[in-house]
Amino acid sequence: MRNTVQKIVQKAGNDRGRLMDILLEIQAELGYVSGEVTDQLAEELGISRVDVEQTLSFYHFFRQEPRGEYTVYLNNSLVANMMGRVEVAAAFEKEAGCKFGSVTEDGRIGLFETADIGMNDQEPAALINGKVFTNLTPLVVRELVSGMRNGKKVEDMIRNYGDGKNGSDLVRAMVHNNIKQKGSVLFSAYSPGEGLTKALQMSPEKVISEVKDSYLRGRGGAGFPTGLKWEFCRRANKEVSYVFCNADEGEPGTFKERVLLTEYPHLIFEGMAISGYAIGAKHGVLYLRNEYDYLKAYLESVLEEMHEKKLLGDRILDTEEFGFDIRIQMGAGAYVCGEESALLESSEGKRGEPRNRPPFPVEKGYMDHPTIINNAETLCNVVKILKNGSEWYTMLGSQESAGTKLISVSGDCKYPGVYEVEWGIRVKDILDLAGASNIQAVQVGGPSAECIGPADFNRTISFEDLPTGGSFIIIGNKRDLIGDVVTNFLDFFIEESCGSCTVCRTMPTILKNKIAKILTGHGVQQDLEDLQDWGSKMKMANRCGLGQTAANPVLSTLKNFREKYEGLIRKDVDFDSGFDLASAVVDSCEHVGRTPNL
Amino acid sequence: MSEKIKFTIDGKECYAEPGQTILEAALDNGVYIPSLCYLKDVIPAGSCRICNVKVAGRFMTACTTPVAMGMEVENDIPELNELRVSIIEMLFVSGNHFCPACEKSGNCELQALAYKYTMMVPRYPYLFPEKKPDSGNKKLFIDRNRCILCKRCIRAVKDEQGRSLFAFKNRGNELAISLDHELAENISDELAEEAMEICPVGSILKKEKGFQQPIGHRKFDKQAIGSDIKSVIK
Amino acid sequence: MSKPVVATTSLAGCFGCHMSLLDIDERILDLIELVEFNKSPIDDIKVFTKQCDIGLIEGGCCNSENVEVLRAFRKQCKILVSLGECAIMGGLPALRNGIPIKECIDEAYLNGPTVSENTEKILPNDDELPMLLDKVYPCHEVVKIDYYLPGCPPRADLIWNALIALVTGDEMELPYEVVKFD
Repeated sequence: MRNTVQKIVQKAGNDRGRLMDILLEIQAELGYVSGEVTDQLAEELGISRVDVEQTLSFYHFFRQEPRGEYTVYLNNSLVANMMGRVEVAAAFEKEAGCKFGSVTEDGRIGLFETADIGMNDQEPAALINGKVFTNLTPLVVRELVSGMRNGKKVEDMIRNYGDGKNGSDLVRAMVHNNIKQKGSVLFSAYSPGEGLTKALQMSPEKVISEVKDSYLRGRGGAGFPTGLKWEFCRRANKEVSYVFCNADEGEPGTFKERVLLTEYPHLIFEGMAISGYAIGAKHGVLYLRNEYDYLKAYLESVLEEMHEKKLLGDRILDTEEFGFDIRIQMGAGAYVCGEESALLESSEGKRGEPRNRPPFPVEKGYMDHPTIINNAETLCNVVKILKNGSEWYTMLGSQESAGTKLISVSGDCKYPGVYEVEWGIRVKDILDLAGASNIQAVQVGGPSAECIGPADFNRTISFEDLPTGGSFIIIGNKRDLIGDVVTNFLDFFIEESCGSCTVCRTMPTILKNKIAKILTGHGVQQDLEDLQDWGSKMKMANRCGLGQTAANPVLSTLKNFREKYEGLIRKDVDFDSGFDLASAVVDSCEHVGRTPNL
Repeated sequence: MSEKIKFTIDGKECYAEPGQTILEAALDNGVYIPSLCYLKDVIPAGSCRICNVKVAGRFMTACTTPVAMGMEVENDIPELNELRVSIIEMLFVSGNHFCPACEKSGNCELQALAYKYTMMVPRYPYLFPEKKPDSGNKKLFIDRNRCILCKRCIRAVKDEQGRSLFAFKNRGNELAISLDHELAENISDELAEEAMEICPVGSILKKEKGFQQPIGHRKFDKQAIGSDIKSVIK
Repeated sequence: MSKPVVATTSLAGCFGCHMSLLDIDERILDLIELVEFNKSPIDDIKVFTKQCDIGLIEGGCCNSENVEVLRAFRKQCKILVSLGECAIMGGLPALRNGIPIKECIDEAYLNGPTVSENTEKILPNDDELPMLLDKVYPCHEVVKIDYYLPGCPPRADLIWNALIALVTGDEMELPYEVVKFD
């Protein structure tokens, strides 16, 4: 074991900055990272044990204890619940004979929960030893568990492969792309190198101005003008700079990057190379969420292929002056790492805590070098803009939102999947495309954005109206909006907060308790005022976008569905502490052996 | 000397050295901006969020934001003070702060801030979290019930080789401070003392030390936190 | 005009807050002029004999009896004041809140170092006894509390100032030195 660890550390150049890779590799070899291994790592890397542990304990796919020969991570997102996760979870527990959060006595099967794994269009889904299993039913679970009992290989448990590249030799996943609508930008005809060829005929400055003229804005959700970001970074004018592609889509309900990574990886990598040329960077890093580990080997083969075709490497397209390479950095399970500065911290082998700004990454990013971080979809757009020109691009979309957008549609509808639409499309039109009827609400942009009701279905998907990173969850009339939706989202934010800022660490739990009080019939008018007042502090007093928006599930439903809350609270009194004497004495009475006399 | 940067805090004209943060510059100009995780000469964390100020309508932490020419900083205004009290209240309900039994009571900065804002009761329901103390070191006792996760110890307490004795563990509401037992095995009395001093609350304690000053003689018994800052200048 | 009526009680507390009330020294004579005491250890009236204006609550709720008394106070008093750390946040009794109640009971009656003669392993379960709550609750998590006076105990001046303010309706004086948590 000591030798294995030593080899892995040496391979990473004894560099503590590569701690993520080191830990992932150790885990792949040894199953988990024991206390003993942690000690050895501290020694070999010349840091304290607690420094190793702080990274190790941050990411939820890292294991400090054995989690079974077969480790099941069942997605617990809202849409998974809607599609029958509860029954699937019960089947897993029954068949395996252990509860979620534990491992069977023989150490064979471990059952764990995980946040959204990017499979909302084919839920319930789970990861088993990194392989994706979709559309689970109790019957399928029975087969899976019996396979595990019999020592079957995980890859042999996959019966059918999905469409497109999912069926290719290096992927072999049962995932389906579910591309439901192709538009004229991203899902249009493409042959690798088209954009890059055009770009290299221009000066880097011209490339930047072309991107600026296209009015392209970041597709991750925040919508920062891409060209401007590049310009800032180029202006930093340092010897070394970096291009990062953010493929850590973790916002519940988005899975469009999964599709891009599967079907259009060349487009992403080419976009990275173009941006590298524009800002004067030679190195690119694709930060890939751990949930998409099943795509890693395939993506690496694409990189190799692009090297061979001179779309990457020392002399791209045989030019003298431009070389660019890309490596893949794996995440290890942390939604917050989708925040660009947390992503950089993570890539440096640390906890994924967002950084304070200023300085901004364009001045001081990865390893303190100027860095741009662009969403995968943004980079794909860049290639097409270079190929067809900014003028062509601005013809598409709405007033303030040029181009098209990939929307990940899931929830209560007939046709979940990815739709490429022009910005400015009405919510209603997407609902029609998706075959959705009897709709109570749509969560546009995921839990961190807005939950709207039918009165707003004429609003448009655009930066000027309803911005979205791509998540579009349809919630039918029969769903319990507060009990199921809001509570699930709060749980998500509680689980995924890095914990650094006081308010984000604390407030979601306080809000959740308040919601629970309302749901158990103890709510009063004051509780609604509190939810509003307390929730609004999240925006004011947190460092990053996660914290600032983590109260939105509450705030936006309070705004758009106030009547649902009003219907749950008591109107006969203005105070109810929610204290329940009967339940408070249950445990002690039971233990001493008496019947509560209330 | 390099050119000073002119800016204002609540309308008061102030001057800062280039690169200085709002909080440091404020101190130099005799203006107190309440803070908890800030520690002089140590990289700011910007995590407690108490030093939140407003510049051009935007909230930012004074301990991490450098002063810019002509900046108009709002500090002592009802909106911010309300936010600060609410953060202090969150810290009270998210830990187990039994002041009457705490060695740091009277010298505790969290408590002192609560006094400053006359907090009679936290508005939020107590979370009564389960926290495990760590008494495994010869000289130090770590009481996580009182920890406010300000990162001061992580940033400031290092061994001779610059390795951290303290680090974070886990994340979110499970976040906790852990002490590296191996490195802290032979910790000097001075460093142990320093660690206790650095901790703004009673979470890091030097063993066999406590309750040394009688009530009435402790740091914040009679004087509000930050009140000394104005007097120094005037 | 009749004098305002004050009631006081100690729930899961140590009576220290009541001691602090006595600590107003000679002002207690003024207090007697200003208010009338009803149910309170001060005058040893055991049950409410009338509606009261002000109820002072020391201690939090650790058992069903505390809850019952507190609820009775809420019913009988126009204004309820949480007096001291235990009433406000559970105080020292709430140190047990991180520990399951079963463990607490076992520690007290079976495993504790001072347990010597419980060979039959009897846990008190008589119906007459109050039932223990799963944790110690601050008073305001059980009933509505109108005002809070922190301290362990609250300084005598703080209690005095509060009572005067409540009786006169004037704004309360809160000098820095009197609001303390220990």
